[in-house]
Amino acid sequence: MTSPHDKLAVTLAVNGRDYRIAVEPRRSLADALREDCGLTGTHLGCEHGYCGACTVLVDGVPVRACLMLAVQAHGRPIRTVEGLAGDGPLHPLQEAFRDEHGLQCGFCTPGFLMLAAGVLEREPDIGDEALREILSANLCRCTGYQNIVKAVRAAARRIKEAAGRG
Amino acid sequence: MADGPTRYIGMPHKRLEDRTLLTGGGRFAADLSAPGQLHMRVVRSPVAFGRLRSVDVREARRLPGVVAVWTFADVERIPPIQIRLTKIGGLEPYQQTVLARDYVRYVGDPVAAVFAEDPYVAEDAAELVFPEIEELPACISATEPPREFMPETLPGVSSEAACVTKAYGDLDAAFAAAHEVVELEVAVGRHTGVPLETRGALAEFDPAKGTLTMRGAAKVPHYNRGQVARMLDMPDEMVHLIQGHVGGGFGVRGELYPEDVLVCHAALRLKRPVKWVEDRQEHLMAANHSRDQSYRLRAAVDARGFILGLQAEVFSDQGGYVRTHGVTVPDLSAAMLPGPYLVPAYRADVHVRLTNKTPAGTYRAPGRYESTFARERLLDAIAHALGRDPVEVRRVNLIPRDRMPFDRGVDTLGTRVVYDSGDYALLLDKLLAYLDYDRLKQALAARRAAGEHVGFGLGYFVEKSGLGPADKAVISIDAEGMVEVVTGAASIGQGIETAMAQICAEVLEVPIERIRVVHGRTDRIDYGMGAFASRVTVMTGCAVKAAAEALLEKLAGAQVGTPASAEGWFRADHMTYPYGIHAAVVRVDPGTCAVHVERFVVAYDIGRAVNPMLVEGQIVGGAVQGIGGALFEEFVYDANGQPLVTTFGDYLMPTLAEVPPVEALVTEDAPATQNPLGVKGAGEAGINGAGAAIAAAVDDALGRPGAVTRLPVTPIRLHRLLGERD
Repeated sequence: MTSPHDKLAVTLAVNGRDYRIAVEPRRSLADALREDCGLTGTHLGCEHGYCGACTVLVDGVPVRACLMLAVQAHGRPIRTVEGLAGDGPLHPLQEAFRDEHGLQCGFCTPGFLMLAAGVLEREPDIGDEALREILSANLCRCTGYQNIVKAVRAAARRIKEAAGRG
Repeated sequence: MADGPTRYIGMPHKRLEDRTLLTGGGRFAADLSAPGQLHMRVVRSPVAFGRLRSVDVREARRLPGVVAVWTFADVERIPPIQIRLTKIGGLEPYQQTVLARDYVRYVGDPVAAVFAEDPYVAEDAAELVFPEIEELPACISATEPPREFMPETLPGVSSEAACVTKAYGDLDAAFAAAHEVVELEVAVGRHTGVPLETRGALAEFDPAKGTLTMRGAAKVPHYNRGQVARMLDMPDEMVHLIQGHVGGGFGVRGELYPEDVLVCHAALRLKRPVKWVEDRQEHLMAANHSRDQSYRLRAAVDARGFILGLQAEVFSDQGGYVRTHGVTVPDLSAAMLPGPYLVPAYRADVHVRLTNKTPAGTYRAPGRYESTFARERLLDAIAHALGRDPVEVRRVNLIPRDRMPFDRGVDTLGTRVVYDSGDYALLLDKLLAYLDYDRLKQALAARRAAGEHVGFGLGYFVEKSGLGPADKAVISIDAEGMVEVVTGAASIGQGIETAMAQICAEVLEVPIERIRVVHGRTDRIDYGMGAFASRVTVMTGCAVKAAAEALLEKLAGAQVGTPASAEGWFRADHMTYPYGIHAAVVRVDPGTCAVHVERFVVAYDIGRAVNPMLVEGQIVGGAVQGIGGALFEEFVYDANGQPLVTTFGDYLMPTLAEVPPVEALVTEDAPATQNPLGVKGAGEAGINGAGAAIAAAVDDALGRPGAVTRLPVTPIRLHRLLGERD
């Protein structure tokens, strides 16, 4: 007989690496990333889908990892803050957040970085108003947001310049 | 030591903290783990007030994976949590035990603790714990007459725990001489800091060393270490509190809470590491709330609007218990209410009353967000009563520069309130020039004439910072020239590593990249006061300066590459008092009753800024919190004391969509006179006057002076206000 506590075999493809894990069906993607894959850069601020601190990219799209079950993410490409820069230099978004003082305590930062990364990859020319609307999906309690907006704008410019050179 | 002098103090240096945080390398409380750890889940009271008859834990104990379930009987030897600040006598009966004994006093009051192998199992088991509670009528208002705190077990103990009084001058004479008496009743709703990281801790006992270590500490690790040691009957040296990354503080995070003591006690008793991470709903019901004060003000004024005397009666809703802050918030409310004005005669009585809501403590600018709102509403009311311009009425009341240092005539937090330096009129002039005030007023009048509901308001305030008594720093340099600065401060995300490194780099003239700053570790330094009351840059900063100077002296004449170490102290009997003005332009939408903040300006004199980028960051972030408290955020309870606001869907913190660009006009006209750096604190500058400024702007937009008497100005309140007109 099966029980709801029986574990299922799941493969999470995170930042280009496969994690073969066994999880209860009720385990959230966020908990699986943090506890089973050891990737604690994805933070949990509310577990209700409001704050967005746990935002990761699944199939290139920003997702609240607290609202998705690990089993739902089976086999799909996932990107977390740990994979943003890889082992190389900082990603332009990370650089811009540092330069523009877009973080204070840093707890919401991974969620904002992934939200912004997902947006800029799909819409590199996004307008100010649309960008503000998307960034208003996540909560920050320290910065008052204005340096986050500045940082994402600055990163968008840098990414475009780099693409223009390349 | 380096090539040529390098300036660090005063430069907008990028933060040393950022790289780790940006790459997902942060170690917040929930990121910590220890082999063999157990997970704690707290079972909380579902009712606001009641007699706790029993707790049935049998079913929970039977769940596979559950190791222990505790109720009060398991922790009865642990004393209640003591008061850290403003320890006035008589508060002992109101202190909270780590698990409820015979009463529950708010929804969220811990009644049991479950320990299990897995956090999901701990949560499952918590749902199988059944407290038997005889529900009693809840008290949810501090303006209601006091009743008995715990009628059966503490007969005669009133729910009015204290009345804090501050007074000076001849109030009777002031009222006898009054040209007019202006009265006002206003209130500020229940808000709190709500850091994005919830509370959490990992406690571990090391049998080899005999030490208990709690990681996940914040704010005041040294003080809390002493308290944990005392409560668990261990020597101080055998207990260590260690801070990792902290996801925001704002007054709330890092006070000693029942859960901290429970994890420490469990690590000792169960002989395994114990981890606890609360969820958001728990945080909103169990971590300190704040604000929730009502003010009744009477002012005697002369014909120009000069306040001859001010009398205040304040009701402060303390919630279920008196926690670590004691009467800090009421004390600061009473001491700081007169603000930047002369007010030659004054009396405030603050009634501290227990209710059946979450216990209250401090939240960024405690007692000042509220008292500034009340005072500035009063200044606006005086201006209206006399038919004068609100700015001019403020001007006639401001303390002139030649009266500095100005003895306020009251004490707070055990120190005499003496404004050390300030040119209040100058800052007002600078703000008005920055705003192009006359043109702004004309532009708004033109828009109103065209049918828009737009208005302007401001709030003037004095802040306080740099609470003593002392701070210590130890600086070492090794043979490779790497420098380590060990402080007793704590980081709550405000960038203290960078600021302390800048001060050290300036004195030692070494590149900042060679400096490592240690904080929040009781195992590295024996003395520390932590991070609260905007104290770190002033107190720890000056200790770092002293230690760096002592190190330079030691190194004088020594060979390059000589390792050395020196310590430095800074002591202060008085706080230092920065000041500022908040100005807001708002537009009211009469259809939706929404208030749109179009423009928000913070003028602030910081004395001297160590890192202007960080100062501005503090101001902008604080302003947005202040706007949240003014318009959106409020913990609401029903008549039975049930909290109606327990998620982020209900507690409406501003998102990017609600906030205007915040403009910071930072001046350095009045350096602190009591410390060698001349610095004053920045942490609470952005939030202090936000409620006052927005309330005044909403009044102006509606063309109804004095309309706003309560924060937050939610759409429903505004709707009622607009309805009253018809």
